Amino acid sequence: MIAAPSTIPAGGAITTQLLEISIGPQHPSTHGVFRMDVVLDGEVVRALKPVVGYLHRNHEQLAEKMSWLGSMPYTDRLDYFNSMSNNWAYALAVEKLAGIKVPERAEYIRVIMAELSRLQNHASAIGFLLQDCGAWGTPLLYAFKEREKILDFFETVSGSRMMCNYFRFGGVRVDLNDEMLAMARKIVAEFPKFLDEFEKLMTTNEVVLARCQRVGILPKELAIAGSISGPVARASGVEYDIRKVDKYGVYGQLEFGVPVGAVGDVYDRYYIRVLEMRESVKILQQVLRDIPAGPVQAVEVKLRGFKIPAGDGYGRVEGAKGELGFYLVSEGGPKPYRYHIRPPSFINLTVLEDMCVGHKVADAIIILGSIDIVLGEVDR
Amino acid sequence: METIYQLLHVTFANVPAWTVQVAAFLIPIAFIFGVYPAIFALTTLVERKALGRIQNRYGPNRVGIFGVLQPLADGLKILLKEDIVPRVADKFTHFLAPVLIVVPGLLVYLVVPVAPGMVAVDLKIGVLFALAVGTMSAIALFMAGWASRNKFSLLGAVRAVAQVVSYEVPTVMAGVAVIMAAGTLSTLTIVQRQGGGILNISNWYVFRPWGLVGFVLFVIGGLAESARCPFDLPEAESELIGGYHTEYSGFKFALFQMGEYLAGMAMAGVTVTLFLGGYMGPGSGPGLVGSLIAMLWFFSKLAGMIMLNIWIRGTWPRLRVDQLMGFAWKVLLPLALVNIVAVGFWHFLTPRPLAWVVTTGWLVIWFLVLTKCNASAILEKREYRYV
Amino acid sequence: MNYPGKGLVEGLAVTARNFVGSYFYKDRLTTVQYPEERIQTPENSRTFPFLVFDESPDKPRCTACKICEVECPPKCIYIVMDRDDKGKPLQRPKAFDIDISVCMQCQICVEVCPFESIKMDNDYEKSKYGRFNDLVQRLPDLLKSNDYYRQIKPVKAAEVDAKLKAEAEAKAAKKAAAVAAAAAKAAATPPAGSAT
Repeated sequence: MIAAPSTIPAGGAITTQLLEISIGPQHPSTHGVFRMDVVLDGEVVRALKPVVGYLHRNHEQLAEKMSWLGSMPYTDRLDYFNSMSNNWAYALAVEKLAGIKVPERAEYIRVIMAELSRLQNHASAIGFLLQDCGAWGTPLLYAFKEREKILDFFETVSGSRMMCNYFRFGGVRVDLNDEMLAMARKIVAEFPKFLDEFEKLMTTNEVVLARCQRVGILPKELAIAGSISGPVARASGVEYDIRKVDKYGVYGQLEFGVPVGAVGDVYDRYYIRVLEMRESVKILQQVLRDIPAGPVQAVEVKLRGFKIPAGDGYGRVEGAKGELGFYLVSEGGPKPYRYHIRPPSFINLTVLEDMCVGHKVADAIIILGSIDIVLGEVDR
Repeated sequence: METIYQLLHVTFANVPAWTVQVAAFLIPIAFIFGVYPAIFALTTLVERKALGRIQNRYGPNRVGIFGVLQPLADGLKILLKEDIVPRVADKFTHFLAPVLIVVPGLLVYLVVPVAPGMVAVDLKIGVLFALAVGTMSAIALFMAGWASRNKFSLLGAVRAVAQVVSYEVPTVMAGVAVIMAAGTLSTLTIVQRQGGGILNISNWYVFRPWGLVGFVLFVIGGLAESARCPFDLPEAESELIGGYHTEYSGFKFALFQMGEYLAGMAMAGVTVTLFLGGYMGPGSGPGLVGSLIAMLWFFSKLAGMIMLNIWIRGTWPRLRVDQLMGFAWKVLLPLALVNIVAVGFWHFLTPRPLAWVVTTGWLVIWFLVLTKCNASAILEKREYRYV
Repeated sequence: MNYPGKGLVEGLAVTARNFVGSYFYKDRLTTVQYPEERIQTPENSRTFPFLVFDESPDKPRCTACKICEVECPPKCIYIVMDRDDKGKPLQRPKAFDIDISVCMQCQICVEVCPFESIKMDNDYEKSKYGRFNDLVQRLPDLLKSNDYYRQIKPVKAAEVDAKLKAEAEAKAAKKAAAVAAAAAKAAATPPAGSAT
């Protein structure tokens, strides 16, 4: 039994206590085995401590005991929503280190894959966000319906829906034939229709506006100081997109805009993702129009006994969740000496408390949803 | 009950009077216990099917043809589940809460007329009874949340009580408009007042300016009181896991679901009675055929209201707790009060067209004023730039 | 026109359209009613590896070279080479186990195999009741005929067959050349032993 309540002091003021609750690791909307240790004053969050590590798989250490290629399938399992971008970041780091030149067709294919990943990731991210708002699965399932088509495409090309393991150092594993390209074009042509419907369902919905606007504001300064990246940073007004900064792949030749928000609340993070999807569709249209013929794999790269000259390199891409980087140190052997990942989900999570304090419990949940984390990447 | 009593009395003139009296008691009870839980079972199926279709899924279609036996399968499954009571729970209260939650839902049906003269008890204070008993569920919810000794349950229970109590006020005020117009609290009389006119339809209170406003208020209040989406904060799955029923399993959980659905249906029934003309509709009237048609009308309207609930659930996200309260006190309550005044205008202004113009104008003006006053609560237009 | 609650009403319109549409347009429904309907898996689709044999299961293409065992990232392959009575390696596996509860379907074993022997299956119905032994695929479970491979992946199999055929022809040609060369050599120099 809970102890008898303390007596009410003279003057009528009731002594109250802060309530500490543990949201997660088993909770429907912590997006995996993530725990938030929340201190509540009634419904208001007074302190919040993110607790991670429930899904730790020792990825970095494992990779240091494995051949360079052997880590590639493991990168799929970091952020399992965008295995393609993860592959790309790792391949980019290795290519930088080994000085491999990637054929042009392969670069175009990489862009197609990365942008399709972004589409399906953002679609499901905002679907999950609205699910956290309490929309009983309707937006999420509309998003998943669209994601299904993209996953089917990934399966047709790479053999697997989520764990694609598609990129290779110096190219990609399978060439796209005309049938596959037609499939991709169809997906890209249909995607804006889905977006329009989704926006009609949710963007102007008064409940969504009331729930999301002016909630969980991340100031620009804090976003920069916390090294936040991706849509979360751009919603706060940070003009930073690695596709524009590094111009890796063929992004330098493509025309696209990077939407930037001003307020940095949950609504901005939601809407920036919608706008980014529209830009991704533009990129895909250009790439699918201009894709050149040619080989998809640099000939000099061998699969077995692949060695890299000693040195270190950092490869990064603009993943759907932010800056995804791989820092590799080679001693000249068949496996990396040091293998480090900069996971965007994990780093974006560090500002969670700053965004949540002072808001209600329900807001803490949607703020977490708006950061868009994947626990596979947070815990590695 | 009186109707049934007289009917039985006339039909079975040679049996002892007390058997007729007992039968007259038992028949409505059997009706309520038989029909409404059956509708509940059907509703769970229809809800899952309809939500599925809204989300471009099939919904349950494996058990029986088109999945019609799904509620049976669910019931069987939930009966076979282990009943877990937390070690630290207040065992007696923990047990009592699910029992208690079903009661108010069923009690409301006592005063909901389903056909001419067919109401279990024609209370003189019928509307008051329905609204008062409907709110009783708050006690059961709080018992459940408190007895579970779970922080999530407690938060859910606190939300539930606050929400039910707050929304009771605008709901009752919206009902007051009808009571004023009908001049009675008896549900049967209220329905009779809505008869006549064109096809038995044009006199429904929902086709009055104040009635439309009252209807919308009452539907919103009813959704909130039965904790249905978008006001399902007490059990907000994505926030509080299950709210007050987090620590319930097995059949106790099923009772919570049942209580919630029965309460929701009861509110829908009261809405139909107060605003949608109850059993009134083309063809309904006294006599056997008229009564059957009337019953058909009542249950179709009930089904329509339930479908509306499902539709809303499939579309809108949930409000936050402070917005929920703000909405009740800043929007719904003033509008309900204004609506009462509107009924006054309606009653006293003699030429009907004048009454129409004045009441509509009054309500529209106040609606605009309230929208203006609460404009800061919602919406700002955002501009995004591209780099 | 903008009125309060416009977004809510539009949302209701969208869901109503989907509700009605799902009854009239089959393509709105993405569900596959699994046991009755099945998706035709694309050719590239992959699940777990299997071993190819050409004529009979006694002679698999696999030579037990253990390259896949070494390269497998989660180390789910276990190979023992078969030896004859004298301990001479027979170039074929005696044991070849794949623990499919560990295998992560990455296809790296297929890519590194120099003998076109290990290939990815696309059979996705591999559920078993047991948790441990049932999920270890032994050599007899893994061996499947080349015809099966041709059936599940026609394009890839044709490529592989062509490659193997070319290799075999090259080998045969080389062998024939070697034989011819040896014969020529033998013809040019008289056998030394004949004089004595």
